[in-house]
Amino acid sequence: MKLLLTLFFEFFKTGLFAVGGGMATLPFLYDMSARHPDWFTTAQLADMIAVSESTPGPIGVNMATYVGFRTAGVLGGLITTLGLVAPSVIIILIVARVLKQFRENKYVDAAFYGLRPCSVGLIAAAGVLVVKIALFDFDAYALSGSLSDLFKVKALILAAVLLVLTRAVKATKKLHPIFFIVGSAAVGVLFSF
Amino acid sequence: MILLQLFAAFARVGVLTFGGGYAMIPMLEREIVDRHGWATSEELMDYYAVGQCTPGVIAVNTATFIGCKTAGNIGGVVATLGVVFPSFVIITVIAGIIRSFSDIPAVRSAFAGIRVCVCVLIFNSVIKLWKSAVKDKAALLLCLLVFVLGVFFNISPIVFVLFCAAAGILFTRLGVRGK
Repeated sequence: MKLLLTLFFEFFKTGLFAVGGGMATLPFLYDMSARHPDWFTTAQLADMIAVSESTPGPIGVNMATYVGFRTAGVLGGLITTLGLVAPSVIIILIVARVLKQFRENKYVDAAFYGLRPCSVGLIAAAGVLVVKIALFDFDAYALSGSLSDLFKVKALILAAVLLVLTRAVKATKKLHPIFFIVGSAAVGVLFSF
Repeated sequence: MILLQLFAAFARVGVLTFGGGYAMIPMLEREIVDRHGWATSEELMDYYAVGQCTPGVIAVNTATFIGCKTAGNIGGVVATLGVVFPSFVIITVIAGIIRSFSDIPAVRSAFAGIRVCVCVLIFNSVIKLWKSAVKDKAALLLCLLVFVLGVFFNISPIVFVLFCAAAGILFTRLGVRGK
């Protein structure tokens, strides 16, 4: 019962403070994994992102359901999902009544001028943590002290190829992320990452 | 009856939208504007804009908004439950499957590959957001500050969010915005 309450509260906070949709929930989940290491690890969080991106529905909701289920089963998934959407529902029901004033309010506009770059910075910082576990092996480096253990060469090559395919090649640029995720899974198995 | 229609319409939007955010606009147009006439295209854009300027998942915010306008508070709640329902069912099934397969070595390798892809996906969404969010020096400063502090210190994102909202108001008042 205590776990369910904590889960609800954590995701309520995420829903209340994550601005900008999609990946905006990511920094909050990282913060959560640092404070509740028994819930999920950084590596598991990266897996969750992949699952959320490859299934229908808003990413934030998918991540909430996934974390809740991993932590406390079906009921956990239900609690985290409701926790995430509760602040939205409350805020929107209030804003809907004063829509015009809200949109034209200069303080709201000014606050969002500061919040948008904040969201970008937070997501980028969370991205660095994924890079650290996916492309580098700091544990092996700490043990051996040899630089060749620090870099996961196969992973770095895959990252470079994906970067080119998603940003530079016209034919593949617009493909849905699920193709790249499935492709990367296949490469991971074939070259035993 | 309208509540059932709202739930079904938003469940369809939820199941057909991959990735949320902008991806759901065409689905919303079809369900809300063309099929049910609950809002015009312009109203939809307004709701969507507000959904982006309020905390929380944009898809959920938009659903609550349209539900509320169509059938009052209870409509807002029902539309929200509709849009999250498919995610809840699909993710629960997948999470159950992954949990029971995650000890197989091939599955571990697959996820190690997937993590590399996730890095690239995050990088790409940062670039995309950067283009619309960082348009002047003050915004650049805020973004870099949050990034550096976020990487090197263990600070709750809530602190950054509150700080940057205040900074946005301050910068606007001081007139440094847009320079």
